[in-house]
Amino acid sequence: MKIITNRIIKEIFTYSIKFISLLLAVSVITFALVSASPIDPVQQYIIGLGTAVSPEQRAEIEDYWGVNEPPAERYFGWLSEVLHGNLGESALYRRPVADIIGERFLNSLALMLCAWILSGVTGFVLGCIMGMYRDRLPDRILKRICYIISSVPTFWLGMVFLLVFSVWLKWFPIGFSAPIGMLSSDVTIRQKLYHLILPAFTLSLMSFANIALHTRQKLSDVLSSDYVLYAKARGEGKWTILRRHGFRNILIPALTLQFASFAELFGGSVMAENVFSYPGLGSAVAAAGLNSDVPLLLGVTLFSALFVGVGNMIANLLYGVIDPQIENGGK
Amino acid sequence: MKLNLRKKTLVLTVIMAVILTAIYISGIIIPDEAAAGSFLDSNQPPSLVHPFGTDALGRDLLIRTIKGLTVSMTIGFTASVISAVIAVFVGIAAASGSKLADAFVNWLIDLVMSVPHTILVILISFAMGRGLKGLLIGISAAHWCSLARLIRGEVLQLRSEHYIAVSRKLGKSGGWILVHHMLPHLVPQLVVGLVLMFPHAILHEASVSFLGFGLPPEQPAIGIILSESMRYISAGMWWSAVLPGLTLVLLVLLIDKLGDCLKMIIDPYNSQN
Repeated sequence: MKIITNRIIKEIFTYSIKFISLLLAVSVITFALVSASPIDPVQQYIIGLGTAVSPEQRAEIEDYWGVNEPPAERYFGWLSEVLHGNLGESALYRRPVADIIGERFLNSLALMLCAWILSGVTGFVLGCIMGMYRDRLPDRILKRICYIISSVPTFWLGMVFLLVFSVWLKWFPIGFSAPIGMLSSDVTIRQKLYHLILPAFTLSLMSFANIALHTRQKLSDVLSSDYVLYAKARGEGKWTILRRHGFRNILIPALTLQFASFAELFGGSVMAENVFSYPGLGSAVAAAGLNSDVPLLLGVTLFSALFVGVGNMIANLLYGVIDPQIENGGK
Repeated sequence: MKLNLRKKTLVLTVIMAVILTAIYISGIIIPDEAAAGSFLDSNQPPSLVHPFGTDALGRDLLIRTIKGLTVSMTIGFTASVISAVIAVFVGIAAASGSKLADAFVNWLIDLVMSVPHTILVILISFAMGRGLKGLLIGISAAHWCSLARLIRGEVLQLRSEHYIAVSRKLGKSGGWILVHHMLPHLVPQLVVGLVLMFPHAILHEASVSFLGFGLPPEQPAIGIILSESMRYISAGMWWSAVLPGLTLVLLVLLIDKLGDCLKMIIDPYNSQN
């Protein structure tokens, strides 16, 4: 047990160093990209104010924002503020970026968590079915479905669902995480969940194919091994073999893959949130990009890198520490 | 005449390539005026005159979809080629350079992978002031990683082959070995990787255009057609949302299948089938 704890600490330490270097690089590159943009944030801010601004006032804003300082100085100024927890103020929503991210991330998290669990369970179960019936009819049909699903763009699938379930069948509302005309504080959990179903379903459909195909491969590897042949010879049934030999070998790789797919999950949620006008980080980042809200764009990008990094770290830990085969092999 | 699997695949590949070329060329030769409709027949459901119906401005959606597919294919192809070129250089540099270079390339790949692709493309598109250039650079920047990893692995494996060692002992330079022994192995991988990257690039282009970061709204790209139809979806105009998207999915499936077929034809292990 102690050895495992030590390994976990060591793993976390090495990964953390790499993770910090990646985050720093992401911040530098993001900042450079945003600075290189020909879209003038000051101009956008002034348009957002909605009032006429004299050249003197404009110069004052520029001065206050430090637009004319050298880029490196601006970057370090921004970075030190970020490290103190101040991500700046969103030009679009007129509120601190950290608040917006915190609030919207909870919405996104609910969406992504539902989709993540749903796609993980569906993918795993389908993968098991495909692996057990390898090259037979159920496998062929499911495999075809998986390949087709991975060629469908998330947002279009969302549009079709919106059309079928909201417009035609009227089962679900069209967009927004709350009924129109209600204060966000009055919305009950039930209503929130009701508005969550369709986006979460769309998002989960986008990612189950990957895990299903992976599980299928792993399971059929296990089932063609010598120890399964021996188990069959001993007279174990299909279900017993799956339970005793299958699950133990395929569960952790599947879980690892699922944690390593946080980037696709986040990217998919950007699309799903925009189609269903769900008020999460994804719709915020699209709005920030379209309205040149630089602080919000920077904040969400950094946050997404953090989110993906945490997922990768968990995947690494699962892969390198919990899997006993890797542990023995590593020594 | 009985065809074996290999010949069947070959015929299938040619047919698919011809279909793709036909879509591409028809998108180019259809004049822009054909897409300009009149307000008299706006929001028409699919009919014989307009198989895909018309949009709110009375434009024929079939023509717009075909033109959109051409735009998507152009962007997807260009971005895939740029990504593949980056991948070749980076992959070879990682595998045949110093340990430091290898570590740096791996770190760089992790860096690109650490930001969701959609966000990366949005950022780059924002940095380039939106439009075609940003879209191309963004999609290329997001897609080279997996192919670069593949090429790195392939070169590392080739380097341990005996004939490479013999060639080196015979006094051939690293560059000569690269061109004469390694590239012939890499080209098939590269072609397949390129074709399989193509649909990804197209889907990304459509997604980002849908969000409003890609091409200007007057361009008939699939993403733009779909984002316009979003506004009319609650009015029950199903055709403008369903049909162009379905065509895009079919195109992507077609290219995917083409990639699989090419893989099968190129892979020497399948030559006996």
